[in-house]
Amino acid sequence: MAVSVVLPRALTPYAHGAGTVQLDASCATVREALGQVAARWPALVDRVLTEQGELRRHVNIFVGDESIAFLDGLSTAVDEGTTITIVPAVSGG
Amino acid sequence: MLDWQLHTSRMRQSTLVLVGTTKGAFILSSDDAREEWTVDGPHFPGEAVYSIAYDQRAGRSRLLVGVHSNHWGATVRLSDDLGRSWSGPERQAIRFPESSGLSLAQVWQIMPGRPDEPDVVYAGVEPAALFRSDDAGESWAPVEGLLNHEHRARWMPGGGGLCLHTIVLDPSNRDRMAIAISTAGFYRTDDGGATWRPRNAGVRAVFLPDKYPEFGQCVHKVTHHASRPERLFLQNHWGLYRSDDWGDSWQDVANGVPSDFGFAIQSHPHDPDTVYVIPIQSDEFRVVPGAQLRVYRTQDAGATWGALDDGLPQAHAFESVLRDGLAVDTHPRAGVYFGTRSGKLYGSNDDGETWKTLADALPPICCVKTGVIGAT
Repeated sequence: MAVSVVLPRALTPYAHGAGTVQLDASCATVREALGQVAARWPALVDRVLTEQGELRRHVNIFVGDESIAFLDGLSTAVDEGTTITIVPAVSGG
Repeated sequence: MLDWQLHTSRMRQSTLVLVGTTKGAFILSSDDAREEWTVDGPHFPGEAVYSIAYDQRAGRSRLLVGVHSNHWGATVRLSDDLGRSWSGPERQAIRFPESSGLSLAQVWQIMPGRPDEPDVVYAGVEPAALFRSDDAGESWAPVEGLLNHEHRARWMPGGGGLCLHTIVLDPSNRDRMAIAISTAGFYRTDDGGATWRPRNAGVRAVFLPDKYPEFGQCVHKVTHHASRPERLFLQNHWGLYRSDDWGDSWQDVANGVPSDFGFAIQSHPHDPDTVYVIPIQSDEFRVVPGAQLRVYRTQDAGATWGALDDGLPQAHAFESVLRDGLAVDTHPRAGVYFGTRSGKLYGSNDDGETWKTLADALPPICCVKTGVIGAT
């Protein structure tokens, strides 16, 4: 198993109810991993990235236990067996 | 009420009031008398709804709703059973091309096209752009002539963002339509959207050194009546105007309103000289003047305006109404409806002469639209 992408509940309808997307192909970065997710579930990644391929302002992504905001953003490297977690940011009103 | 009971009940009703709020959409329904209302919602709980349209051209009965999740972005959702079920999950319906460098922030307006092009729908969005659908809202493409407009780099966002919030169609001329952008002003095309010219002569821009620039005005909303489409009424960021020539020139018609600042303006459904506005005290104190909630109406195309307040709170009403918060229905005796930022929804079933509270504790109201089932 190469990389797992864990989804928040709000996004599971965009992956036919799955809470985790397993990526079989290898990927070097978070951006590549999301590209593989988009190939399977394009509507899911529409909710995570803008049309310009930027992470939406109120979405956080973790590689392991660390936010990619404190690593290399979408260029953060991922290794075999990495878990990527997509989390809605603490925001609202 | 069970879903199917609600749906069946609503199909027997004739009148819909569609309310978008910061935390979802609500559908109010009533019969022709419009005395008793059923409130259904929220749809899309937690998501902001700045635009709704009801389209019953070509035998449809379709709701189109612009929803915005603080986390997951904006899209348009559709329902062909009056809100019992909604389209999705699917790809984000409105998307800027990558080459534009832009990303959708909000859908501010959804406008069904002309009666003789029943599959056309327009959407005004933030950042300011116009999208067109040729399949009744299923798929969308940007209107390139406006997307690539030479003025774009000089358009500045207002408090609500750089939004295209108003779409005005010439019902008999497919080549002519107009839009308004805050803060860019009023633009018209006469060639089907290929080119767009600013049409702001006479409209003030109090916040600029040049008070009457070619463009850059903060137009808040424009309305007209289909029977006299060239006569436009414009609520500006300070200024209430009328044009009799599709925007080529504008005249001040703030004759008797307590303030010419405001957002909401709406034409009467049957009389092109009758228009409703809800004045706001000032740009710095955005509540109704004197804390008295009043709708003002002209019946002579702006020569005079009079207050309508029977049934509305006349003391301690620190209310404001946003640009799409005022709507009319198409019954012979017109219904008039408006919603406030404090979540109160008011309605009149007699052209605005008397008012009732239809809901008094909704989330902050962003837009109010109507539909009369079976009307053409």
